Amino acid sequence: MKLIVAIVRPEKLSDVLEALFHADVRGLTISRVQGHGGEIEHVENYRGTSVKMALAEKVRLEIGVSNHFVQPTIDTIINAARTGEVGDGKIMVLPIEKIYRIRTGESDQDAVTPVH
Amino acid sequence: MNNADIAWMLVATALVLLMTPALAFFYGGLVRSKNALNTMMMSFVALGPVAVVWALVGYSLAFAPGGPAIGSLAFAGLRGVGLEAQGTIPHLLFMCFQGTFAIITPALISGAVVERMRFNAYLAFITLWVVLVYAPVAHWVWGGGFLASMGALDFAGGAVVHVNAASAALVAALVVGPRKDYGRHAILPHNVPFAMLGAGLLWFGWFGFNAGSALSAGTTASLAFANTLLAPAATLATWTLIDLLRGGPVTAVGAATAIVVGLVVVTPAAGYISPASAIAMGAIGAFPSYFALIYRAKTKLDDSLDVVAAHGLGGATGAILTGVFAEAAWSGGPNGLMGGNPGQVLTQLASVAIVLAYSGAMTFTLLKLLALVMPLRIGARDEGVGVDVTDHGEEAYTHGDGAILVKPKETSVARSAVDAVAVSSGGQL
Repeated sequence: MKLIVAIVRPEKLSDVLEALFHADVRGLTISRVQGHGGEIEHVENYRGTSVKMALAEKVRLEIGVSNHFVQPTIDTIINAARTGEVGDGKIMVLPIEKIYRIRTGESDQDAVTPVH
Repeated sequence: MNNADIAWMLVATALVLLMTPALAFFYGGLVRSKNALNTMMMSFVALGPVAVVWALVGYSLAFAPGGPAIGSLAFAGLRGVGLEAQGTIPHLLFMCFQGTFAIITPALISGAVVERMRFNAYLAFITLWVVLVYAPVAHWVWGGGFLASMGALDFAGGAVVHVNAASAALVAALVVGPRKDYGRHAILPHNVPFAMLGAGLLWFGWFGFNAGSALSAGTTASLAFANTLLAPAATLATWTLIDLLRGGPVTAVGAATAIVVGLVVVTPAAGYISPASAIAMGAIGAFPSYFALIYRAKTKLDDSLDVVAAHGLGGATGAILTGVFAEAAWSGGPNGLMGGNPGQVLTQLASVAIVLAYSGAMTFTLLKLLALVMPLRIGARDEGVGVDVTDHGEEAYTHGDGAILVKPKETSVARSAVDAVAVSSGGQL
């Protein structure tokens, strides 16, 4: 089991979600975050005050998956989120000690297997 | 001159001017947050260049004595437009009142091209459009042009303002092309309360638009005022009823839209019909727009904020129904179909068709010529980022986190945050 954490462009979120659902990845959590990934900051102006926006809006996806789902999930996100420009984001794969499904108390593999 | 008339027309002019910021809120609420400022600016900016070219040449082309197709340059630069009487009010005040109409009409078009049209191309477009399209059409109906001679009835601008803007909107949506996400992803309104605020303020301002079009403070203004209250009320009631009968919920965006549709429908008729007819017109007028909205979303036509369904169909329905319901007993003017004058319906139809054709053809030509000089739309990547950042360098809802102050002397600012001040305390922007 792995926890896949992906940081993607907000405007690519719909594409990523659509692709993930097609790939049968059904359990995920997203949050709106801000970050800096080496992209060129854009400058904004407010009444004579110029600011460089060093943090860009991003979306973080957190997906707990069983082992045989790890690579397909990563490939899906890379394909859907890529624009080729700096700032497309990152994918991090973390080990998971335990997973529980709250509703049933199932753990580990059973907890991340979708119920049909 | 009559001081009561002057007092009312001063107020009415200010009321109509308020409609342009109101439209900014109506449209601004209906787009995604990354395009909120751009969409609102598309309306707001009309208050600048459009008003200036109106004063310099537009007013003259529309209202200076001329031929059946266009006025003349006799009033160019406001020459000869002073405090002398024009009817019962000063000529200058009449020019201002007409100017507020000239400002909002091009702003209406923006609803068809939001979220992807390049701002400088839009700016050039509306500035030229108000001179080349709005001014002649206003002349045809209100400046003694050929539609007036034909006997076409357009009390406050059903054809001049709404059909005119909607025809341009249809062509602009086709020429500029759909948003890259249109039909692929759900594109949702980011602030429905803004849209409702806008609709409310539009209604408020529309009392100036319609009752002010009486150009006096008398009984005609009172009739137009009553009809401006009753027709949108009937449209809203009917819209709600259609929602319920179709088994759906009564939506807020729908209600805001219904109010605008009702106002558009009654605009050409406001001073010509009885209050009972206004209720009938408002109710009938709900149907074409209601179903056109549903149909349009299933098509490839990305008229993003439904200018055609709301203003085009509403305006055309209103203009044609004016020919049905016009009552000499109320207005002292001509009768319509109900008063035994079926010919009026045909005159109304002809006026709609003529405005539609002229506005569409001119808008097409204008946009194609502009496209030779500058790109009309932003790139796909910029569309993803949003027009607020790409074309205005601002965001509607920034919290200032990670905003690094660019110091005046530094031309190339260091990339590290160490030698720069992060403006995160708020209120400093």
